[in-house]
Amino acid sequence: MTASMTASATRVYRLGEFHRFDAEGARFLYLVPAGAIFAVDTAVGKLIECLTPGELSHDRLIENLAANGLGIEDSEELIDEMYHANVIVANDSVPDRPQPLPDVFPIQTLVMNLTNQCNLSCQYCYEFGADKLATPEGKPKFMDLETAKTSVDFLLSQSGDRRSIHITFFGGETLMNYPLLKEVVAYANLRAGEQGRHVDFSLTTNATLLTPTIIEFLSQNNIGVTVSMDGPKEMHDHLRVFANGKGSYDIIEPKVRALIQNHRTRPITARVTLTAGVSDVLRIFRHLKQDLGFHEVGFAPVTTSPNQLYAINATGMDSVLDQFHTLADEYLEYALRGESHGFSNVSDTLAELCQGVNKSHPCGAGLGLLGVGPSGDIAPCHRFVDSDAHALGHISTGIDKAKQADFLRRGHIDSKYDCHTCWARPLCAGGCHHEAFVRYGDTGHPNLHYCDWIRDWTNTCLEIYGAIAAKNPGFLQQFAERKAS
Amino acid sequence: MKHMRALNKKAGRIDDYVVSRTEDVVGMQDHPSTQQRPHVPAGCALMFTPGWEVDAAGGTAGLCQPVERDIYDCFVSCYWPAQVPDHLNNAPDWTAKCATATKDWRNLDLVFP
Repeated sequence: MTASMTASATRVYRLGEFHRFDAEGARFLYLVPAGAIFAVDTAVGKLIECLTPGELSHDRLIENLAANGLGIEDSEELIDEMYHANVIVANDSVPDRPQPLPDVFPIQTLVMNLTNQCNLSCQYCYEFGADKLATPEGKPKFMDLETAKTSVDFLLSQSGDRRSIHITFFGGETLMNYPLLKEVVAYANLRAGEQGRHVDFSLTTNATLLTPTIIEFLSQNNIGVTVSMDGPKEMHDHLRVFANGKGSYDIIEPKVRALIQNHRTRPITARVTLTAGVSDVLRIFRHLKQDLGFHEVGFAPVTTSPNQLYAINATGMDSVLDQFHTLADEYLEYALRGESHGFSNVSDTLAELCQGVNKSHPCGAGLGLLGVGPSGDIAPCHRFVDSDAHALGHISTGIDKAKQADFLRRGHIDSKYDCHTCWARPLCAGGCHHEAFVRYGDTGHPNLHYCDWIRDWTNTCLEIYGAIAAKNPGFLQQFAERKAS
Repeated sequence: MKHMRALNKKAGRIDDYVVSRTEDVVGMQDHPSTQQRPHVPAGCALMFTPGWEVDAAGGTAGLCQPVERDIYDCFVSCYWPAQVPDHLNNAPDWTAKCATATKDWRNLDLVFP
């Protein structure tokens, strides 16, 4: 006790790294890099005010707090608590040491690109558009059964002791290889069942090839479905077109309605790509959620090099953010009533905030998630599939550890110096590896073109989190049970 | 924690850490809990023990003299045996005249080896 008193008396304190936010009249701190969220009282606010102009010795800090009406004992207790929580730090505080990646990291998810062929010709497609990385020449266009089975075996053998593993089917247009999809589901269930394990399936589709039979199969096998769809007809048909230029809305609209009506085992999600001509977020959301009945709708700005005509410029991104705020306010109203709103950009972020994630990498690509192309080449994720420059080995020979280590070293938050002073880094970690490569030619480059945007959006989600925690904390329980994505 | 309330899982872990570093050492409680529990001392202040730090009324006026008698309780429950009349070997009858501590404590006498 005496020793610690002496130590604290000689400390010189300054503010630690955190982000302050208010919601519902209460004060909160988001501690960085921990990712911890705390509701704090007025005494903490006074302590922060005292240290905002600069560092103070222990005794001066006690004096300043006394001037703000805090007794000596209360102040000592407050300082001790804030010091150990890293809200304030001192000359004897030890900075976090970089943590090396674990030697063995079991895979959780395998994204299987069943084909690189697609029946649409969406102009912004990262697989076929102007910014494409894929080098599919001379490679199979459709995955064969043997490669698919080897991929499933690879996943089972590389997933350690995880009880539940995930296979996502992707393309091209996934359903152009529906016969293989059915075989993979049967084979994976059989092999996993032999080991007492469970496989969870999902797929992304453009919905053009959905039939009642396929919908029934997806529902019976609990396969999660995400439909790539950009809104009402005139917006959707702006870029999501067939090779002859004809829009795909009229083809998919009845199929999507049938999917939502008849697939009853999993929520159906729409995934919207926002572009220069398609950025009326509110209208898109209303159409997909209310008119068509999707359970969840998520938005992402198109991944593109800056000069493409369909790229959203800074003004466009501001408008998108304003509209996100409107939907976020609605989300909060729903949450306080205990209802589901369906704007998945909020719910996905709340899930991560609830866990308090502090990411070494922006996502699981190359770590707990891998992509496999039709040829069996392993990629960090589905976006790098069929790109020779980014291959991380082959499904028959396993992961190329040296290439994987290089990819992960580049993408690690410790390598992204620009991020080290940003309070949003526990969640963002520099952003999508693929987007970074398209923009900057390096998967490890931080996505500096949307930093302000990310900070604003993260702050909005923190405010929603704080408001729900204050007024309807039970609503957050669903996120505590859900694994961070 | 007194000034901050944890709202997510990571904050809960920090809360546990801070509590383990800032709260008083509590006897017989190896693993401090985030939940406040009553402090249950082992063997002393819950019973009448003449000469303990405070008397039965919570003051010091009723404390006995001489101070050696403070440790009567140690003799009975033996949790600090080296410092008290040793009832196992050298002073087995030290409390023979003290049937009821609240009434007979004056009969406890010094031990001269």
